[in-house]
Amino acid sequence: MNLGSRKLFDRSLTGVSIMAIILMSLSLLVLLGPIFSRGLGAFIFRATSEHRRLLLEQFNRGDAEEIAAETRAVAGARRPVYEMLEKFKKELATMEYPRRQGFRAELKEVKNLLRELLGPLPGEPEGVMLRQQYGQTRWDRARIKLEQILYSEQWDYSDTRSMGKKILVPRQRSFAGTQLEPLFPYLKNNLDKMLRPRLVFYWRFLSDVSMNSHFFGGIWPEILGTIYLTLGAMIFAIPFGIIAAIYLSEFASGGRLVSLLRVCISTLAGVPSIVFGLFGLAFFINTLHLSNSKSVLAGSATLALLILPTIIRSAEEALKAVPHTYKEAALSLGASQLRMVLTVLLPAALPGILTGIIISMGRAAGETAPIIFTAAVSVGQPLKIWETLSQPTPALPWNIYNLATEHQAVDEIRHVQFGMVLTLVLLVLLLNLAAIMIRARISKKMRG
Amino acid sequence: MILPTQQSTPLLQGPAILNENGLKAHVACQDFSFFYNDNQAVKSVTLDFPSYQVTAIIGPSGCGKSTLLRSINRMNDLIPGSRTSGKLLFDGQEIYGPRLDVVTLRRRIGMVFQKPNPFPKSIFNNVAYGRRLHDTQNQEELRSIVETSLRRAGLWDEVKDRLDDNALSLSGGQQQRLCIARALAVDPEILLMDEPTSALDPRATARIEDLIAELRGRYTIIIVTHNMQQAARVSDFTAFLYEGNLIEYGQTAQIFTKPREKQTEDYMTGRFG
Repeated sequence: MNLGSRKLFDRSLTGVSIMAIILMSLSLLVLLGPIFSRGLGAFIFRATSEHRRLLLEQFNRGDAEEIAAETRAVAGARRPVYEMLEKFKKELATMEYPRRQGFRAELKEVKNLLRELLGPLPGEPEGVMLRQQYGQTRWDRARIKLEQILYSEQWDYSDTRSMGKKILVPRQRSFAGTQLEPLFPYLKNNLDKMLRPRLVFYWRFLSDVSMNSHFFGGIWPEILGTIYLTLGAMIFAIPFGIIAAIYLSEFASGGRLVSLLRVCISTLAGVPSIVFGLFGLAFFINTLHLSNSKSVLAGSATLALLILPTIIRSAEEALKAVPHTYKEAALSLGASQLRMVLTVLLPAALPGILTGIIISMGRAAGETAPIIFTAAVSVGQPLKIWETLSQPTPALPWNIYNLATEHQAVDEIRHVQFGMVLTLVLLVLLLNLAAIMIRARISKKMRG
Repeated sequence: MILPTQQSTPLLQGPAILNENGLKAHVACQDFSFFYNDNQAVKSVTLDFPSYQVTAIIGPSGCGKSTLLRSINRMNDLIPGSRTSGKLLFDGQEIYGPRLDVVTLRRRIGMVFQKPNPFPKSIFNNVAYGRRLHDTQNQEELRSIVETSLRRAGLWDEVKDRLDDNALSLSGGQQQRLCIARALAVDPEILLMDEPTSALDPRATARIEDLIAELRGRYTIIIVTHNMQQAARVSDFTAFLYEGNLIEYGQTAQIFTKPREKQTEDYMTGRFG
């Protein structure tokens, strides 16, 4: 190859690798951008007076007198709404049959929406569910409810060749000429007086229990569940993994059985995680009866199996990377094989072993499939440590999926879902950061 | 090339030399062979290493000198497929005998390796390592052992203020002296040195050679070296190995001035090797 083409070759290689790096960072940005911006919405948002009342009554937080005063002021701003409703009801009684019937359905809809927006109407019995007792706690959700009150959604199917078209019809027009007509401009102009939005930083999102399947409150049960599952997996996987790695790298003679063992471990690392989940269900729960049904214990054991190959392989590599001369030195000073491993080999391999452990910790924290069958439930209270032996738990990865697909009102709790995603991403990011720092510290200490 | 036959190998030369100098054999090879699988690295060597003297083993690369040295404290055990024949005696005890405890053996026979290999621990912990393994946990006692060992290795004055520093922060020559101190700390009777200066610069080499001279008489030292001047400078006795055979063994002065064997002379004068 002549000089010119060699240079060209070099340059094109550089170009391709730079392209790859740019693409990677772009996709990372595209991925992390929304996660951060939308996930922060669970922590920083404009909270309404309903939110503050809820915190006081359910979590006993906030200044009782101040909130009582606010509740009175808010009720004052809301009174005209209910008066208009009453007047309209009376007017409705005087209307003749077909017209009255036409309004009745839409009135019911408006009343329902008002209940969702501002809480139960005065004089009505309060519902059992928390969300029947409070109005919207978040201003962004309140604005959406307001839109639904102001405009009714209708579908135009007149063009049969295409899909139906959504048309928004102002309700003010439907109720034109009635006592209810002024309700809509009043709501629109005075909603902030009725709900008093104020920007808050709701860091307790991390430490509050969830209420009414995530309509209110935080994600503490999920976080705690994830921590339990991850730590449990570590408790099982670390000792087994390191002992297996020591055996493989130091004590096993290079026989056929050992190489078969190595192949098995590599294969295990490639098995889809859902298979581990099924195995966990079949083995830990149905065969060993670790617990009657799903439990943190069974889930941890399953996750431990999932990460065991990674830990074994990384620990084995780290042990093999320790210079042979250290071993020789220890042995020549009269250390037995075991003492040599414990006093020289393990300390020297520690940074590598730790890195493997923490990376698999991140994996265990984020795995969904293995815990579906063995540990996760969609709603639950934070567990006490001894309850983990027999009780299932909610956990971040599973609940993200659950909220997105199986929740009764996905749209209402999007912010919770994004908050969970952000929390999980940060958790894993923090773990990896910790890995890098620990590794750097120990290897610095080693190098002197 | 005609290799010396069994008769011409100095079978009886060793004990004869020792007797005429009034010395006792500390380690004795009797018809000792070492095999890596089918490859015989040491071929029926018979040779006595005298007590409290410095014996150098010289010879070209691959002549089996390191293998012979590492057989003495059984460091070759780590190599799969290795086996021995003949006898190797340490104080009359068979080194490859079935009843021998390798841990005790290695405690009594210290070793210094080709490349300085301190542990990635503090200087103090490096020297204290062996004693901690065996008997002493007492911090005071350890401190005095560490000091004595470092003094004997001529390193104390350089490191006394930084005993807690990582050993890898020392220079190559200092590291090697630290390794010697580490070996001395367990109070061995024999010190095996496997080309201890091959990774060092001339000044550090000179210091190690001075150190060997100081240690002479206190320990039985067996040193493998590539460097013939070094063998001439530091040793009392010299064994010349070639292709696994012991060609000649005698007092260093005699080997270097009046070698009996032609091969020895050729090697000395740089005609081969």
